Amino acid sequence: MTELSIEELHKKLKNGEITSDELVKESLIKSHEIQKICNAFVTIMDDAKGGNITDDLLSGIPYGIKDNYSTKDILSTGSSNTLKDYIPFFDATAVANLKKHGAIAVNKTALDEFGMGGTGTTAHTGIIRNPWDPKRMCAGSSSGSAAAVAAGVYPYALGSDTGDSIRKPAAFCGIVGYKPTYGMISRYGLFPFASSLDHCGVLTRSVKDAAIVVDAMKGIDKYDQTSWDSSKINLYDSINGNVKGKKLFYIKEIVDESNYPDASSELKKHLAIFRETIKKLKDIGVDVEEVLCDKELLNVIPSVYVCLSCAEATSNMSNLTGIIFGPRGKGNDIMDMMKDHRTKGFSPLIKRRFVIGSYILQKENQERYFVNAQRIRRLIVDRMKELFSKYDGLILPVSTGVAPYIDGSKDELNSDNTAVLEEHLQIGNFGGFPSITIPNGFIDGLPVGVNITGNCYDDANILNIAFALESQMNYKGMIAGGYHE
Amino acid sequence: MNKYKAVIGLEMHCELKSNSKVFSSARNSYNEIANINVRPVDMAFPGTLPVVNKECIKKALMMSIVLNCKQPEYMYFDRKNYYYPDLPKGFQITQMHDPVGVDGSIIIECDGYEKEVLIHDIHLEEDAASLDHYFDVSLIDYNRAGVPLLELVTEPCLNSAEEAVAFLETMRRIYQYCEVSEADTKKGQIRCDVNVSIMEENATELGTKVEIKNINSFGNVYDAINYEIKRQSELKDAGRYDEVVQETRRFDEETGTTIHMRSKVDAIDYKYFVEPNIPKYKIDKIWLEEIKKDIPVLPRERKNKYINELGLSEYDATIIVKEKNYADYFEECINLGMDAKTAANWLIVQIIAYLSKYDIILKDFYLKPSFLKQIIDAQVKGIISSKQAKEIFFKSLEEEKEPKNFINSDNAQISDKNVIEDIINNIISNNQKQVEEYKNGKTNLFDYFVGQVMKETRGKANPVITKEILKDKLDN
Repeated sequence: MTELSIEELHKKLKNGEITSDELVKESLIKSHEIQKICNAFVTIMDDAKGGNITDDLLSGIPYGIKDNYSTKDILSTGSSNTLKDYIPFFDATAVANLKKHGAIAVNKTALDEFGMGGTGTTAHTGIIRNPWDPKRMCAGSSSGSAAAVAAGVYPYALGSDTGDSIRKPAAFCGIVGYKPTYGMISRYGLFPFASSLDHCGVLTRSVKDAAIVVDAMKGIDKYDQTSWDSSKINLYDSINGNVKGKKLFYIKEIVDESNYPDASSELKKHLAIFRETIKKLKDIGVDVEEVLCDKELLNVIPSVYVCLSCAEATSNMSNLTGIIFGPRGKGNDIMDMMKDHRTKGFSPLIKRRFVIGSYILQKENQERYFVNAQRIRRLIVDRMKELFSKYDGLILPVSTGVAPYIDGSKDELNSDNTAVLEEHLQIGNFGGFPSITIPNGFIDGLPVGVNITGNCYDDANILNIAFALESQMNYKGMIAGGYHE
Repeated sequence: MNKYKAVIGLEMHCELKSNSKVFSSARNSYNEIANINVRPVDMAFPGTLPVVNKECIKKALMMSIVLNCKQPEYMYFDRKNYYYPDLPKGFQITQMHDPVGVDGSIIIECDGYEKEVLIHDIHLEEDAASLDHYFDVSLIDYNRAGVPLLELVTEPCLNSAEEAVAFLETMRRIYQYCEVSEADTKKGQIRCDVNVSIMEENATELGTKVEIKNINSFGNVYDAINYEIKRQSELKDAGRYDEVVQETRRFDEETGTTIHMRSKVDAIDYKYFVEPNIPKYKIDKIWLEEIKKDIPVLPRERKNKYINELGLSEYDATIIVKEKNYADYFEECINLGMDAKTAANWLIVQIIAYLSKYDIILKDFYLKPSFLKQIIDAQVKGIISSKQAKEIFFKSLEEEKEPKNFINSDNAQISDKNVIEDIINNIISNNQKQVEEYKNGKTNLFDYFVGQVMKETRGKANPVITKEILKDKLDN
């Protein structure tokens, strides 16, 4: 039954068709099954028990937590060897909030080490595989969460999103990925990657479920000064499907096929699916317009992202020294011990990012790279805010198609001119905008997704549009095929 | 050696007084027991975030105003990145781009002259943990990690060790007056970095600057500067000024010398950037006005008032403004209508001495100004002698009872002329022999008669009146 939606499960728990204990047990069994195929988990909490059923929609329902959330008394590794034995003594605020709603955590999901990757191949526990086709990746970094939700282990799992870490894996796994406005969910207890870009969020199989979960996770937190009071916002109650007169835009320079003269058939199909989706929106009264954007500005998005995220990451992860927590390094003095801990603990990908970050922050380079990247971030955000004053949101296809193969095929489509299609979701992080990906079609039996991004604090509006679109398609509540009969 | 002009700049780090730490809800208080005042963020556990303590910002802004600095439009912080065992996050949250105050100045007094010291900036930051080194192990105490620090940086505008120390003393007093810090060097609450260079008296270009880091007492600041001036001057005299290089040195207390730590080329690139977890916010002008109103009258202004308006000596005024508690006590006495000089005398001669003898602070001192007034009033009215006043002072402190309880008719001074005259008449008639001798020229017997009166009255006779009447009787 774990493949059902939160509303459905709540009804069954309420009327006694199933108990919370049974549901948790089922979720644990599925976790072990999926683990064999997808390697999605760092920890499966086999001793998890059901809870009381209240009027709270989340009560007694199992869920998964990305392993970069601090969980009290439960191993929290960030999928890194530097924290391979770290058991925190406090819960992340988002986790504590869910606990208050009676939600039952059953596993900790694997991720690209500290969220710093987009493939699901850099976790210290090994490669995470896509349940639709285990030879393919889930994208990342919320890879384990995406795989588990897509496989029907539970209705939702927590993710985090610094560039597209919730919204891209959601697309590759045929599910919903939502990161709300920056600061709506407290980041206290989320292992930081790049603080100004990091968001908490959720992966689900429906827009309504995403609304329910974020309603429970969000709230102002005295431990996170960037959090804000959203008590007047109730996302779930705001969903009514009424979208007549809403206005969306897409960016010609990103979605027009003429931008990709050497486009593969897959990309062509993907863009065609996008155009169909636009038609569906128009059918329900949503006005969708094409907008022109400065190509140069769009082209530098990935570089700006690399500059800012690596710089912040270098600093954020300076606490990982093996002195207070994590395995103690060897060495004759404390500096050598720190070096040993970090040399052995981090994967090569992360080290590369640290080197880039350090370089960018160096006195002689700061103006050229870091400060300029901040300026461009501001320009991009200003341009988006200008558009958001006229439109309810931006709609764009996610990535260039379906999930790539883990081995080898990585650069097939990655010629430079598709970079903007791969990386535009980072706009949502630059501006802290609410952004949601939902599945919008299939190419050769594999799901693809579409993303809607809106202005800050306009989460309810964005979710409502996504809900209306979801209702026009048949991809709500999908479970990855093959293993679940 | 003194043919060169010394140019000195100071960095003064002072721990702020506050309930909690600057970016953490852990208590900010000195504790003998290690690792007591610690929250997860103080040890940089993954996922913890800094939260600014508004009380600390208020105090930092207050100091910025006192130092006549410009305050920034927006408040935000920067990260200073470096690895050290006492720095759990691997960076310190400080202010580099837009400190709470820049371009200020303050007037100090040094050896009887006044000097304006220019302030480069003042900024708010967090302290590191403290390290205790033992023979084969070093221990880390995180109580200090995250304690609020105000760092004040002067322009290189001081010219002697005396001026440097006078500046530090002035600032310490201001911190204490504003209750921004206890500013106690014994508790390690003040630490200084000193920059010293020398130049020819009329030269226009500054000499090579040497930095001495982490000096923990004003005495050591004084010694370090003088040693450094001497060292650099001697090298210059010997034609070896090129051996003075830009470097960081430390002061060795035992030898009284400075020792090389690292040279400029080894300087760390701190890779400063804006702290993303603390949102930038606009400093409210109204709030600044409110802070301004909370600034107490500062020592220099008080001292001038005491001298010019209340007629105190420079010496007395200097002692009284040394501590805000003294000055507040003194001013309360004045407000109660006491004579300024009398009150100053009592404060300096009796009270401050008493405080230091019993090692207590004025706040805990039983004899409040209103109680002191009871003693002084009685003395002025001639009800008690100065000797009795002192006795009542101590008795009142000892028994913790108001002085008026000891100023009664029984031990009151006898000032009634008729009563004293009767007593004197009696004594004269009973001591005719001595009267004869006195009249024959043995005038030192006068004191004998005074003594007899005192003996008769058990010391309570008003000595002035007694002497007056005696003189009148004996000499005529």
